[in-house]
Amino acid sequence: MTLSRVSIVSGRRSFLATTTLSAAAVALLAGRDVLAASHTGAKMDAGADVNILNVALGLEHEGIAAYQLGAQSGLLQKPVLGVATRFQADHKEHRDTLAGAIRKLGGKPVEEKPLADYAKALKADTLKSQNDILELASRLELGATNAYLGVIPSFKDAQLAKVAARLAADETMHWTLLNQTLGKPLPAGGMPFGA
Amino acid sequence: MKLFFPFATVSTLVVLTVAPVGAANRERGKQLYESRCVACHSIDENRAGPAHKGVFGRKAGLAKGFDYSPAVKNSKIVWNEKTLDRWLGNPEQLIPGQKMGFSVPDAKDRADLIEYLKTAR
Repeated sequence: MTLSRVSIVSGRRSFLATTTLSAAAVALLAGRDVLAASHTGAKMDAGADVNILNVALGLEHEGIAAYQLGAQSGLLQKPVLGVATRFQADHKEHRDTLAGAIRKLGGKPVEEKPLADYAKALKADTLKSQNDILELASRLELGATNAYLGVIPSFKDAQLAKVAARLAADETMHWTLLNQTLGKPLPAGGMPFGA
Repeated sequence: MKLFFPFATVSTLVVLTVAPVGAANRERGKQLYESRCVACHSIDENRAGPAHKGVFGRKAGLAKGFDYSPAVKNSKIVWNEKTLDRWLGNPEQLIPGQKMGFSVPDAKDRADLIEYLKTAR
């Protein structure tokens, strides 16, 4: 799929993603309150899950910031700019889903940092071209894919593990398109992610 | 035959010195770090996880400016080969209440990562 093709279908896909993820968030949280309130063990499990979710939320804040830095740089051209904005919207949806889950589990969602902090951490001052930004985005998306896959076994709640898998799928979709745009080959062999 | 055995012995010694079986591989550790750890960590900057510069030999919870869990802050653990191996293998088992949900199940992978982390200075 090309970047322009993604632009054309992005509106429809965004609607579908919003609908399905929100439904999943509601479903995974239904009944969790009851469990958390009635079992000490469940509370401890929820606490462990909240910790994992908050680290994931930190990743989403960073991803949103990275796309913001790219969009503000003036280096992204159409249709890449449109796709970057669409990917940022996906990450905002991930953020909202994770923050909602953390609140439902009795936790406090980690706050986003100032954009300047992300710019420093991501060495934004070294980004001099569209390709530099795509390389950074690709690296972050791949890292997020592997991170979400890596935490799946740690969740006490299987529904949260499923959400992590779905988030990993989104990040993989982003990485695949960025990788293709950069003209890089597909990974050699099967199961290259989360190893 | 007399000449063969000394040669074989020397060869074996050389191989054991250069690449002992099971020795930690720093370069592979770097590759593992870049594929598994960089989502949350970097050597120089705090991100979702703390910066790793100087982590080996340091007390846990001391990366400047990082918001650690109380569990890690109060752990009094010093990061060495043994503690890092236990941490990477099962963070929650080593420090209950910590935040990292990611683990490295394979012992060789952990050894290689630790070897790389030693260079993060």
